[in-house]
Amino acid sequence: METAIEVTDLVINRGKREVLHGLSCAIPRGSITGLLGPSGSGKTTLMRAVVGVQLVASGRVTVLGEPAGSPALRHKIGYLTQAPSVYDDLTVRENARYFASLYRLGAADADAALAAVGLSDAAHQLVANLSGGQRSRASLACAIVGRPEVLVLDEPTVGQDPVLRDDLWGRFRSLAAAGTTILVSSHVMDEANRCDRLLLIRDGHLIGDDTPAAIKSTAGTDDLDEAFLRIIRQQEKAAA
Amino acid sequence: MSPRTLASTIDRIVRQLRHDRRTVAMVIVVPLLLLTLLYYMFDGGPLFDRIALVMLGIFPFIIMFLITSIAMLRERTSGTLERLFTTPVGKLDLLFGYGIAFGLVAAVQAAVAAGLAYWLFDLSTAGSAWLVIVIAVANAVLGVALGLLCSAFARTEFQAVQFMPVVALPQILLCGLFVARDQMAGWLRAISDVLPLSYSVEALTEVGRHPDPTGTMWRDLGIVVGAIILALVLGAATLRRRTA
Repeated sequence: METAIEVTDLVINRGKREVLHGLSCAIPRGSITGLLGPSGSGKTTLMRAVVGVQLVASGRVTVLGEPAGSPALRHKIGYLTQAPSVYDDLTVRENARYFASLYRLGAADADAALAAVGLSDAAHQLVANLSGGQRSRASLACAIVGRPEVLVLDEPTVGQDPVLRDDLWGRFRSLAAAGTTILVSSHVMDEANRCDRLLLIRDGHLIGDDTPAAIKSTAGTDDLDEAFLRIIRQQEKAAA
Repeated sequence: MSPRTLASTIDRIVRQLRHDRRTVAMVIVVPLLLLTLLYYMFDGGPLFDRIALVMLGIFPFIIMFLITSIAMLRERTSGTLERLFTTPVGKLDLLFGYGIAFGLVAAVQAAVAAGLAYWLFDLSTAGSAWLVIVIAVANAVLGVALGLLCSAFARTEFQAVQFMPVVALPQILLCGLFVARDQMAGWLRAISDVLPLSYSVEALTEVGRHPDPTGTMWRDLGIVVGAIILALVLGAATLRRRTA
């Protein structure tokens, strides 16, 4: 399978602390890859490196054959930050239209993105007046509006209604089927089961990189949470 | 930079401001109230003419400096700037977007304030009111450019507002309004000489005294434009696509 994102020996420092310690992985094109790990493990840092806004100490990140952050990639990448990064003092539609315009797209594309995240009814509301879940969907609409080939989503479903979360995952699945490569971080193991592949990160080290089924069978359990725990224990034992 | 991205960025910034009606009202009304205060303080005499003329240049500078530094700080802290840097938007689209959007707002503000000063308060200047408005807008854009630059050195809105007295007050004290610049001690004069507001105040004074634009006025306006470009270039250097 063709590789969309390739990370080689990536080392990243934030402040004086090294947060990623020579991480390597390859993410296949047209797949949904879940990035799992506790808060502070380096998920967001890795995602920032992939979209090209993170200073890198050493190592390489290649996206669609180009170095991450190169100008040619800016038309092809969509990034959802963990905290919703939309303009509070604009309406939902004005936000979507502004981000659409940056990709040379028009009002119809902006409205389509709002419909895709179920926000058509709130299009005229100021973002400042939205609920947390709506706000993060407004932010998601701005990430998908440019129809990116690579979509990097930092915890897209936090605070969403379960029905809506299911809809959003359906949407991600159809985007992937159409060839979009999706890298998505999550805390929710139930969502991890819906990914094609999983990257398990802990303390800046990659401790697992496989399909959810393979990870579970290697760990000898049907429960991903339990599998994650067993992998950590095994590695601790090996290190000791 | 692309014309289309620049245009949509200007449109976006103006829309943001328009949704904040109270800020718009204050931007327009506060200079009018202050001018009214000045008018009654000096009974509309010659001192009013001199001070009101200078104030028409100083109000837009201060207000646009504050608005821009907070707006840019919000871009930095809300994550929108980080997201913008993953899109095809250019740094210059953002810098010029802010400069032009707030410059337009400043033009409205300056026109309304000058209108009040000339028609209601009988402000008399030897030169044209249009030149006064042009210099006021140049001052506003100077405020925008310095605000963009200073926002890079503030982490919070508390810090950002503290830059206003640091950047604006020395310039107002040393611009020649309180003590004529050629009567200042040498070292004060030297400081005054490197502060851009000194030149815009001198330009306004020239318009007050001479019926036609003078060489000094054009030179001063040129210096202010130079200061704007310098601040924008330095501001561009603080906008980093990649951060730690």
